[in-house]
Amino acid sequence: MKNTIDHSTAAATFNKDVERVNWHDETLWFVRSKRDKSAHAIPEWEALRETASNIKNNVLSNMHTYLQEFEANALKNGIVVHWAADGDEHNKIVHSIIAKHGVTQMVKSKSMLTEECHLNEYLADNGVEVIDSDLGEFIVQLRKEPPSHIVLPAIHLKKEDVSDTFNEHLGTEKGNNDPQYLTEAARKELRDTFLTRKVALTGVNFAVAETGEFVVCTNEGNADMGAHLADVHIACMGFEKLIPQRKHLGVFLRLLARSATGQPITTFSSHFKKPREGQEMHIVIVDNGRSTQLGREDFRNSLKCIRCGACMNTCPVYRRSGGHSYHNAVAGPIGSILAPNLDMKKNADLPFASTLCGSCTNVCPVKIDIHDQLYKWRQVLVKEGYTPSSKTMAMKGMSAVLANPSVFKIAGKAGRFVMKNLPFMVNNNLNAWYKQREMPAPPEESFREWYAKKAKESKDKK
Amino acid sequence: MSSRDSILSKIKNNQPTSVSELPSLSFLGLDKIDVIETYKTVLKGIGGFCEEVSSLDEVKAYIAAHNPADKRKITTLPEFADIAETEWTNDDPHSLQNVELAIVKAHFGVAENSGLWVTDAILGQRVSPFIPQYLSIIVNKKDILATMQQAYERIGDLDYGFGTFIAGPSKTADIEQSLVLGAHGARGLTVFLIE
Repeated sequence: MKNTIDHSTAAATFNKDVERVNWHDETLWFVRSKRDKSAHAIPEWEALRETASNIKNNVLSNMHTYLQEFEANALKNGIVVHWAADGDEHNKIVHSIIAKHGVTQMVKSKSMLTEECHLNEYLADNGVEVIDSDLGEFIVQLRKEPPSHIVLPAIHLKKEDVSDTFNEHLGTEKGNNDPQYLTEAARKELRDTFLTRKVALTGVNFAVAETGEFVVCTNEGNADMGAHLADVHIACMGFEKLIPQRKHLGVFLRLLARSATGQPITTFSSHFKKPREGQEMHIVIVDNGRSTQLGREDFRNSLKCIRCGACMNTCPVYRRSGGHSYHNAVAGPIGSILAPNLDMKKNADLPFASTLCGSCTNVCPVKIDIHDQLYKWRQVLVKEGYTPSSKTMAMKGMSAVLANPSVFKIAGKAGRFVMKNLPFMVNNNLNAWYKQREMPAPPEESFREWYAKKAKESKDKK
Repeated sequence: MSSRDSILSKIKNNQPTSVSELPSLSFLGLDKIDVIETYKTVLKGIGGFCEEVSSLDEVKAYIAAHNPADKRKITTLPEFADIAETEWTNDDPHSLQNVELAIVKAHFGVAENSGLWVTDAILGQRVSPFIPQYLSIIVNKKDILATMQQAYERIGDLDYGFGTFIAGPSKTADIEQSLVLGAHGARGLTVFLIE
């Protein structure tokens, strides 16, 4: 396992290129604005969010039954159903299906679950080549980077970067940065991939208990190109993708793309119910910590997530720190409440990568109380001893100062004295508050001193 | 214990103790809209073309005028047998890789997102709306519904192997948020709204 760079360190590196950070910030805000425009065009938007949230409440409270109902119906439809307790078991199941067919290549459409399980690395170690077919994922895969956003995997890159990458790997013209030209090059390359792969893997956006079918949404059509041309279709899903009935898709499909990119719906919303004649279809249902999260009352709502990415696009911290700084398959606010469940020690920094402004909660299509959960995770992490000692020391120091009025008074005086007479002691890089900020001019007196003075003046007047 | 049983038992222990009720959907999707006008506007907004026609002959004339005659065309509609192949539905799906245009019919369309519902029954092959360079879909004007709520009421408990909503041409904005039509699927979609 590679060493993890904590969020604030990675964010500091990302912020060195001011122009690029500003561009990243504005690009994601642009996506957020498109979401607003699209949402505001639906008069019943809030009713849809409320309904979606309530459907998910029902799913979470009845997961045990729905999963068995889904399994029974999927089996009836001729789909093979597998269960994986963790990422490792998921990877082994996928590999065993590939190995059974004696192939060493697979095409894959976007699946954050397989990122979470590190499937590509596992298969590579076992001699299976995986090609990611979503354009953004294809780009980052060529660059040996993880996606930086669940919906927009290459959002951290500029077209010049993509041009260089394609020049190196696909032989496109050097310096040709035209997105149309670059997309066309990838289309040609990947068409050949679709036509030659016997096994295709897709993610799952929704799985319907009532019918045993699953729905995969893409704009590019890559999931369908892979699945309909392959002999074997493997679909991988976290168990929280379940919804009770087919008609509930109407609610979620109205919310998903509008929340994600502001589109009224993705170009393709494909419902896979049965394998096509002669085809094999597999579903791998994965737990990997989800059942634990289901038992954490404060955090179980995070399992309602439909992976639209709206919370990332709106987050002032995500926009200015980039997806990679979250060192987790799902970045941003939602990732920061999912990640500590998987590994508290490794992800203890993430719930602190937030201003708790609440914008994430306001845009969430299934009304997850994201910022409240971030706040609650902080408390759990401190109690469990996972926060960095510097932060704990500072907090302890602060609590000692705030708890004792005379210490507070002296500390305030000392602070004003330092800022006035020895500004270099705070205006330096050791002080995190000084980064990208000027320290304020110190007040002449504290509020208490001012209050005491005023009280005396008014008394004297009488 | 198998993974299946241990996952299910853990879920049973950890899920909330009381089941919360499913909400009613009956109050959704009732806003009055001009479905045809909305459909056309939304489709245009996502990069599709819309043609209002009164007969299949008009569709045929449009296709002849807008597509090269020498390129491969396929259809599932017998009425188009004179301009497109109809005997391909049992072929290896890979053999469709050189198709320029596919002409199919949709069961219905949805005004709020311009999606068109198609299933196995009318696609000939599942890959047929994805693999061609261009796609033409014909739908009856009276089959344009207002929202996805009506769409799923219409689908009901219909049995199918595969079904999909198609809204506009295949597209991507993965390179610097620049919209490019024709990612992996059809580069262009023309919808014929027929009386």
